[in-house]
Amino acid sequence: MTGEGSLVSSRLTRREFLKVGGATAGLAVLAACGGGGGGTASSGGGGGGSGTINALFMQQAAYSVDDIKGMTKAFQQANPKIKVNTTFVAYEALHDKIVAAAPAGTYDVVLMDVIWPAEFGSKHEVMDVTDRYPASWKTEIFPGALETAEYNGRFYGVPWILDTKYFFYNKDMLQKAGVQPPTTWDEVVSAAKSLKSKGVVQYPLIWSWAQAEAVICDYAQLLGAFGGKFLDDAGKPMFNTGGGLRALQFMKQTLDDKITNPASTESLEEDVRKIFSQGQAAMALNWTYMFSLANDPKESKVSGQVVVAHTPSGSAGAPGCNGSMALCIAAGSKNQGAAWKYIEYLTSQKVQTQYAKLSLPIWTSSYGDPAVVNTLPEVVAVAKTQLNDMILRPQIPSYNQASQILQASIQKALTGATSPEQALDDAASQVAKL
Amino acid sequence: MAVLLLLPAAIVIFGIIVYPLLRTLWTSFFAVDSPFPGRYPFVGLGNYRRTFSNSEFWLATRRTAYFTGVSTLAELILGILVGLLMNVQFRGRWLLRSLVVLPWALPTIVNATMWRWIFNPEYGALNALLTQLHLLPQYRSWLGSPFLALNMVIVADVWKNTPLAAFLFLAGLQSIPRDLFEAARVDGAGPIRSFFSITLPLLTTTVLVILVVRTIEAFKVFDIIYVMTRGGPANGTQTVAYYAYLQAFSNQLFGYGAAIAYVIALFILALALVYVRLLRTEVEI
Repeated sequence: MTGEGSLVSSRLTRREFLKVGGATAGLAVLAACGGGGGGTASSGGGGGGSGTINALFMQQAAYSVDDIKGMTKAFQQANPKIKVNTTFVAYEALHDKIVAAAPAGTYDVVLMDVIWPAEFGSKHEVMDVTDRYPASWKTEIFPGALETAEYNGRFYGVPWILDTKYFFYNKDMLQKAGVQPPTTWDEVVSAAKSLKSKGVVQYPLIWSWAQAEAVICDYAQLLGAFGGKFLDDAGKPMFNTGGGLRALQFMKQTLDDKITNPASTESLEEDVRKIFSQGQAAMALNWTYMFSLANDPKESKVSGQVVVAHTPSGSAGAPGCNGSMALCIAAGSKNQGAAWKYIEYLTSQKVQTQYAKLSLPIWTSSYGDPAVVNTLPEVVAVAKTQLNDMILRPQIPSYNQASQILQASIQKALTGATSPEQALDDAASQVAKL
Repeated sequence: MAVLLLLPAAIVIFGIIVYPLLRTLWTSFFAVDSPFPGRYPFVGLGNYRRTFSNSEFWLATRRTAYFTGVSTLAELILGILVGLLMNVQFRGRWLLRSLVVLPWALPTIVNATMWRWIFNPEYGALNALLTQLHLLPQYRSWLGSPFLALNMVIVADVWKNTPLAAFLFLAGLQSIPRDLFEAARVDGAGPIRSFFSITLPLLTTTVLVILVVRTIEAFKVFDIIYVMTRGGPANGTQTVAYYAYLQAFSNQLFGYGAAIAYVIALFILALALVYVRLLRTEVEI
């Protein structure tokens, strides 16, 4: 703000005026980071498996910060030559941080969401680790988990968090209203209506419909249930027809019927967990981690009442939205050997078994392992089938742009600015132009 | 010798202002789609054409203009009221003055997080307050619908930035000679009359300064949006600066983002030009 002082002075010369302009134009610097200095995508040496590495994680869902710090500590004890610095950011900030840090090579290990391999892989922001994969992994890891890091037949990381959205309900509330646990979306609606009419809870349903990736996850799950597809085989949008349209109409209808909490359009998964744990909702979709936390008396007023179930089915089935995440070696890493060792350790069956409480392992055989089953018997029973039935969001390099368009359009329909048909047609024509 | 002494400052200014500005301008002419250096296709004014032909950009500009206009106006009105209050002699005035400076001292990120909690539909203070005062029959969502959310973000922004206006007004008020008010009282003018005939005209320069500083700042609004709403719902709080950020970092369209950033800078430059003229005529009176 070099300009402020000069504006107060009584006489402004042209030159001083230009300074004001310069200060305001400082905003233009925002995008200057693009194309800045730093290493190139292909550089970044091997590294012998020692030294310091920096790892970027998210502070949200799945493994808690304490879990990750615990794993890291054990890793360092087993590998005294490697020092790991961990950084945690909100999921919403994760993508942009990976991108902004890429040219400088700030991080060696980054956590990548299932929707980013196409983008990060095609732009060479994370390393292709296909050749590092032991052949056995392809049979030992859940197919739905393997997809997480895959783009065009290459692997850009190792799946770590295997997750999908499960259906959670409060059994005491359902009992009070005298309704059976619903297994289809139609039953969810009728259960919600009787919960509301009997005064058990004002808004039986809470969703993560904020303008963020979260709304796309809920939408994807409904789209799958009603038999829709995001893109046709030629890659053209088709979410504005059939099941895709039906999904949005369903969402809007639950708002109109006042069975969905209107705060849904400003809520993320954490808000869903909190509202559900406060006993202000009877049914919700959320990731695995909600089960343990909603049943934890320290975190929840409804502990012991929370049941996890397969996601309700629509006319075409009941796939869960694939919300898995993978650990990747950042392309700018100067110490890829140590980074890979760390990734191997975190994704190993031993470590995943030990920390199964908030996130289930990627390894198929773990689901028969008593150590895992006994940690979360209720979730494992549901996960066994749900994890084999998942829907993937489109694997395209411009996914983020498409998602932003769809998020805004879905919200326009939900807030009543346009009809669901109009909103999705608009989104489809914009996505087709990408 | 003089050159030698000026050199460090020149390097700093070049490094943190001139170089990024030119670099951004350069970037805006290329289809840069990753953060790495390298060769990217030259697109001339393509990124600018894309900006101007994009309806989302113009909607974001309109929202930003609304945000800027309403928040600046509110800060001016509240600022002068608080400034007048702080100018009155009473015991405990120091306490009032220190309290008023508090919002201004908070980092925007902290302020935005705080207001997000206040507006939280389930456990926010605003819902609790309004229902306990029976002004609201039941809890409601504040950031869940587009236009309301934009206005609620404005409330948070006004709360934070009013102190700046208030203190500038206080400084202006203290420079008005007391005898003017005494003369007015002798002539039979009441407090309202003397406010509009003496105080306000003598504060015109202060008003202009606040107008300049706040409109330019408000037009660039980014951080409060990033923390409170991330542009949602339904893009209702997406301002131009946030839009530029999304294009550059979320979509990795750095060339396009750079072009948008330059267009925003041009808008602000135009605003500044108007203000400089206004200020100059004002001072010459």
